[in-house]
Amino acid sequence: MNRMFAIVEREMRKFFRSPTLMIMSLMMPILQLLIMGNAFGGKIVGAHVAIVDYDHGPQAVKIREGFDSIAVNIKTFTTVEYTDEMKAREDVRTGKVDAAVIIPAQYSRRVYSQDAPQLGFVVDNSDLFTSSSLESEMQSLVTALTAPVIQPRLANSIALEIVELYPYVNYMKFLLPACVALAMYISVMIGGGMLYIDDKARGVHEGYLVTPITKLELVFGMNLAGAIKAVLSGICLTVIGSLLAGLGVIFHPEADLELLCLIVGTSIAFNGMMFLFMVRVEDPLTPRAMFGVLNLLLFYPSGAMYPIAAFPKWLQAIAVIDPFTYCIHGFKAILLKDGGFEAIRFDLLFLFVFGIGTLLIATPLFKRTL
Amino acid sequence: MTTSTQPDSGRLGPAINGNGARSPHTAMAVENIVKRYGSFEAVKGVSFSVADGEIFGLLGPNGAGKSTLIRMMTTLVPITSGKAIVAGYDVAKDPDAVRRVIGVIPQALTSDPDLTVEENLSIYAKLYSVPKAERLKNIADVLEAVDLTKWRTAQTKTLSGGMRRRLEIARGLVHNPHMFFLDEPTTGLDPVSRIAVWEMLDNLRKTRHLTMLLTTHYMEEADKLCDRIAIVDYGNLVALGTPAELKRSVPGANVVEVHFDRETPQWQSRLEDLDGVTSVQAESAGFYRVLTSSGSRTTMQLVELAASLGETLTSLSVQNTTLDDVFVHYTGRQLRDEQVKPAAYTLPPRPGAQP
Repeated sequence: MNRMFAIVEREMRKFFRSPTLMIMSLMMPILQLLIMGNAFGGKIVGAHVAIVDYDHGPQAVKIREGFDSIAVNIKTFTTVEYTDEMKAREDVRTGKVDAAVIIPAQYSRRVYSQDAPQLGFVVDNSDLFTSSSLESEMQSLVTALTAPVIQPRLANSIALEIVELYPYVNYMKFLLPACVALAMYISVMIGGGMLYIDDKARGVHEGYLVTPITKLELVFGMNLAGAIKAVLSGICLTVIGSLLAGLGVIFHPEADLELLCLIVGTSIAFNGMMFLFMVRVEDPLTPRAMFGVLNLLLFYPSGAMYPIAAFPKWLQAIAVIDPFTYCIHGFKAILLKDGGFEAIRFDLLFLFVFGIGTLLIATPLFKRTL
Repeated sequence: MTTSTQPDSGRLGPAINGNGARSPHTAMAVENIVKRYGSFEAVKGVSFSVADGEIFGLLGPNGAGKSTLIRMMTTLVPITSGKAIVAGYDVAKDPDAVRRVIGVIPQALTSDPDLTVEENLSIYAKLYSVPKAERLKNIADVLEAVDLTKWRTAQTKTLSGGMRRRLEIARGLVHNPHMFFLDEPTTGLDPVSRIAVWEMLDNLRKTRHLTMLLTTHYMEEADKLCDRIAIVDYGNLVALGTPAELKRSVPGANVVEVHFDRETPQWQSRLEDLDGVTSVQAESAGFYRVLTSSGSRTTMQLVELAASLGETLTSLSVQNTTLDDVFVHYTGRQLRDEQVKPAAYTLPPRPGAQP
């Protein structure tokens, strides 16, 4: 047992002596949280919409008033006056404006005579996010314009009353569980993958193998050290990320305990998996080459960025055996929903079973000789 | 070149016959030991024994099988066949017992550069389960022995190459082993550090009564340090004996080095025809090393030969046979392609391809 702790001691002393590892394992997920959280969470503001008015009637004025209201309130877009429809279309195509609204001649007359009035909306749909935001605003405006002035005696539509269970979850909050998992993955990849193979290549393992340390002591010592490093990374990012994203759940002791269990389970699962991948690897370039592939293969199918239900079947199959899936589900359940142990019971079970299982498979593959 | 698995007893005489077998004072021995990687045989049935308190050297060119031999004896590489006995324990059957009594200094510097000198030693002592009080005493003792006491708290990465090698040696001693294995302990060191390591190893042998087995490329190192030397080539033991015995085993007691002003192809045969000359090695243009039974007689003949042919001698010197000559005599002079393991996969021949 003491020999196992000697391995852990060596790894931990190295870890605290080289803060680069700790900083780099946290830096990427924090930057991801800050940059992606802010970049993807916002709404479109300040787009330019060309307006070509061939009508100049009272209903056209109502539309212009609606546009002015958007420009000063929600600020999605401001209008630019055009006199020529062809010129407006060309400017949408060349990106000078984001969309163009065409109010045709006789528009007001058609509204009054209820003769299928139409507005033209030319939009640059190469940018789906901007175009759908502008379309949504225009649709709201048209719906408001078509609302009857005098309400009918019987309701002709049924309202859906939406009750949101949790406070508004912005994109940064949504991204936090993925970033915590990523920080732990990077820590395991560097600490359990790259450094493990580097030590092997430098002959450090040869030094261990000539001592009376047993195979189990060596395997568990290295994995325990790797798990401790990943736990430290996970705790740091959970705290820093929660503060950045404005999540107060970390101030509840019960939630902290649940988060700690998840972090420990994830560390064991990631370490076991990494050890299994690396147990027979000799070339220090291999873990570096595997880093990106594994990240892609494990992170994206996990539901971190997009719901698993929207995946094709083969991708859903990867998600089922991917420890990231359960880690991220668990973190979402605690950080965003405060769901308690009930919500993460299965995630914890999977993570611990997966971690111990992979370690049990890897241990016989570990060679006690060179 | 000798390629048999046993040394040539005819050439080495008592050096082999007297020391090949195990005796009650044997500290370690290998008997007909073989290491095979697939079809490639790295060690081919080598046998020797090392007496208690002896420093035993393994010499050989790159890829000769020295490191494989030492790795088999230190439990790092499984033995394909044959037997290795260290401190009375069978390496294959009782590897843990062997590990407890040996100290190993691998070829590479494997101390952790991020840890201090003391931390490196402490962690290794813990790997050998040395109790705390004994551990502290041992660390102080070995640091004193390798003259690193004042660097105790220094980070290993701040040490010079020579100091790091001394730390490696200290690390191998921190659990008080009886046997010490050193794989090229002075490779990469400057001459001053190398001499310091030799002196330190010699002192350690005396003060700690250690039996040492070391591999080296340096003939001078083997000559100064080792009580006996085994020369390994192509996985075979080709010579074994004390440095003096090995030197005597090479035909020719002296080496005459001669440099002619003008190189001609006839010099080689002319030199070989001189009385007492046993071998002639062409070193570079006009420079020859001549092994002879009588240095003085060959020198005179050389001067007379040059004068009769109207040639000029640029330099001429006579010296005793060195281990370099022994090494070249037994292993030859051709460059070797080092091969530790065979290629993992060989492409099969294409159908219809010409052999």
